[in-house]
Amino acid sequence: MSPVALVLVSHSRALAAGAAELAGQMAPDVLVLPAGGTSDGRLGTGFDVVEAAVLRAGAAPAGAVLLSDLGSAAMTAETVLEMLSERDATLPSRLRMVDAPFVEGAVAAAVAAQSGADLDGVARAAAGAAGFFGAQPPAKLPRSTACAGTVVRALVVLADPHGLHARPAAALAARLAPLDADVRIDGADGRSVLELMSLRTVGGHEVQVEAWGPAAERALTLAVAALRTPAERWT
Amino acid sequence: MTLDVNWALDWVRRTAQVIAEHRDELVELDRQIGDGDHGENLHRGFTAVLHRLDALTEPPAQVGDVLRLVATTLMSTVGGAAGPLFGTAYLRAARASAVSTLDGTATVVLLEAALDGIVQRGKAAPGEKTMVDAWTPAVEAAVAAADNGAPASAVLAAAAGARAGALATTPMVATKGRASYLGERSAGHLDPGARSSELILRAAADAAEAAAAHGVAP
Repeated sequence: MSPVALVLVSHSRALAAGAAELAGQMAPDVLVLPAGGTSDGRLGTGFDVVEAAVLRAGAAPAGAVLLSDLGSAAMTAETVLEMLSERDATLPSRLRMVDAPFVEGAVAAAVAAQSGADLDGVARAAAGAAGFFGAQPPAKLPRSTACAGTVVRALVVLADPHGLHARPAAALAARLAPLDADVRIDGADGRSVLELMSLRTVGGHEVQVEAWGPAAERALTLAVAALRTPAERWT
Repeated sequence: MTLDVNWALDWVRRTAQVIAEHRDELVELDRQIGDGDHGENLHRGFTAVLHRLDALTEPPAQVGDVLRLVATTLMSTVGGAAGPLFGTAYLRAARASAVSTLDGTATVVLLEAALDGIVQRGKAAPGEKTMVDAWTPAVEAAVAAADNGAPASAVLAAAAGARAGALATTPMVATKGRASYLGERSAGHLDPGARSSELILRAAADAAEAAAAHGVAP
């Protein structure tokens, strides 16, 4: 199934387009629809602009998450949903409006959608974005202890000078996602871009990679090889 | 007597006229404590409403048909917060008035639906210096006046209530909407949304009085 779609409702056409560009960079398969400004290009939120985006995104079988910036953007989005629900009563079940920081929420939601999260999962990723991208490091992640079978481990020194920043985190998570293995990097879920970014690693740091499950060995090899390579040399 | 589709049409046309007359005043009020677009936005919206009314090939059958046309037009032509707020008010009022005539009780139900829509959409409460401060006393006054059964007196009472409510926003410190960014400095200014709400309800009352004067069939 195609991933959950996103609608970004802003007072500004440029802001919505920019946020969509930023979010889309890390989520090439996700439909990210900007809905900014009025239909004649002024600042404000246009019912028709939002309606068109919601109709397109709402057609995605997996549903869509809506994010909005200032107060009346959310009001316009709610009004659109109320009007469209008159015609299609199933629409509200496929759409989630999330109260989240606009840019951070868009990026977090796009990344979650790209990694295959369902509608509620994408909505949760957006809602939790403030903590992940805020100036303060988030609370220490819970270390997973529940694992079945043999755990394979390795210590790796991060090659990229910027550590696991957005692009390498997204690339690593995408590579690990299809493998039948659980991977933890310093306790962070190797398939969660946000958890990897929240480690706030820098180049030269040593991290511990743990993997278990049927494809544990392959996952470990893949993760170690990736982390030993600067992000720009990843293929 | 009852209020009918012609009253609704007259209400909307009078609203467009009064908004046009007070456009600059609303612009100025909003410039003081908001982003200055309220008068222009509403004027654009109600001008579009008039165009759509004039373009109708068949006269609307129900009061709600008129109000729904206003709702959808305002939603798509008013860019600021007033678009979804008034749009929702007219939409809820339209759903509550899917009939050809309104008695006193039905008139109050229409006004209550409009207020409920604004409150739900804007998540504002009385005392926060918003249009809710005009609509709440308007509906309360309409409920009290509807006891005698005449819809016109309910609308007249609503207009008077809205006027008192709007004036009472002047000393308030805004805690909702764009004006809340100004904090204490928002005090001393009439809220533009409350003022336009007052004008809209005044137009409803004027239309009801005109209908009564012309002896609309009971």
